[in-house]
Amino acid sequence: MEMGFRWDFAYEILPQMLWATLNTIIAAGVGYAIALVVGLFFLLGQRTPSKIVNVINRELVEFIRSTPLLIQLFFVYFVLPQFGIKLSAWLCGMITIGLHFGTYLSEVYRGALEGVSKTQWEACRALNFSTVYTYRRIVLPQAFPIAIPGMGNYLVGIFKDTPLLSTIGVAELFHAATAVGGYNYRYLEPYTMVGIIFLTLSIPAAMWVRNLEKKVNVAQGKVKQ
Amino acid sequence: MSYFAFLAEHGPTLLLGTVTTIKVLVCSTILYVIISMIFGLMRLSKNPAIQGIATVYIEFFRGTSLLVQLFWVYYVLPFFGLSLEAFVAGVVALGMNFGAYGAEIVRAGILAVPKGQWEAAHALNFSPAKRIKRIIVPQIFPIILPPAANLTVELLKATALVALVTVVDLTFEAKQINSITWLSAQCFGTALLIYYIMARFALVPFLRWLEVVAARKVGR
Repeated sequence: MEMGFRWDFAYEILPQMLWATLNTIIAAGVGYAIALVVGLFFLLGQRTPSKIVNVINRELVEFIRSTPLLIQLFFVYFVLPQFGIKLSAWLCGMITIGLHFGTYLSEVYRGALEGVSKTQWEACRALNFSTVYTYRRIVLPQAFPIAIPGMGNYLVGIFKDTPLLSTIGVAELFHAATAVGGYNYRYLEPYTMVGIIFLTLSIPAAMWVRNLEKKVNVAQGKVKQ
Repeated sequence: MSYFAFLAEHGPTLLLGTVTTIKVLVCSTILYVIISMIFGLMRLSKNPAIQGIATVYIEFFRGTSLLVQLFWVYYVLPFFGLSLEAFVAGVVALGMNFGAYGAEIVRAGILAVPKGQWEAAHALNFSPAKRIKRIIVPQIFPIILPPAANLTVELLKATALVALVTVVDLTFEAKQINSITWLSAQCFGTALLIYYIMARFALVPFLRWLEVVAARKVGR
């Protein structure tokens, strides 16, 4: 077997890898969208006045957060069919990622809501604003900028966890690299390219998030410009 | 087959896998703590070359996926004549990946010690070694332990990935049992429970205890 990096082979498989990258980006985007919504539901469960709902919600979040995403994927993928629910690997992956990261995002939302000063609520109460109006016009506009950095970090986090989807057969970038590697008995180029593609996508994304964070801090008056 | 019959038959195998998971966790924790201290200090170096190396290392390992790094270490390094055993490859990949995250925690922790502490130690004519050992380090621990505890719980979850490079850990055993018996709910459910118990009732209380001890050391 030829040693060293073979550029011609790398060039040959490049189109295939780039197509698979598209799938990775779609998976990350859809998973993130689901996680954003799931996070809202967990937040609701946390803030409802019912004590029982609070406790169940908290324990569920704790359970999902302290178990590995990989086994959760296997669980959803292998167990649901036994109860007659047949979902595609894609759908299973998206649901699991959405649930897993939804628990993290609910914490981001909670932190952001608690970041809004109590006096804002009191002022709204004094002005006789309704709860809906208070949330819509006063609290959420202030909470949202606080949540942006955390939300951005988890978008990057989901993107970096998408290779796990290959274990249940979702045809994303890592799956393609493994397939190409197995077909040609060469793993050096495909896996190296996966690493490079991840770097070129996630470093600018992480920098963008850091930049947003700085802007938010300035806007919040935490640091001087 | 009832769940108890399942446990009686496959419980010991899962427990054996759990032992391997704990071994992976302990080894990679030691490795990541060492790496994060080295690179955390390098990030604070005044020498641009040393600082640059640390920055590249951290950005590289935080920018790519752990699974990709793991497969790279296990399947690609043999191309360069370096064949690692699956267990070693798993520990190395986990340690290097989490070391990059830990380095940022260490860096932030050192920066969080007030400058006056350095100056006071200097004014009292403490030697540099004593300054670090008696004044700075005890104050760093209470700052870095809470984020480091979160990171270690993440590490426990991440150890599941080493099953994909054929380390026979809890996840590997669960997958194996699943492919033999097709009792997916039982075997993956049990694996999830074991991970949950390890995280919630062993690792987290231990790390909280460490935090309390560290805080008490500086009189908080």
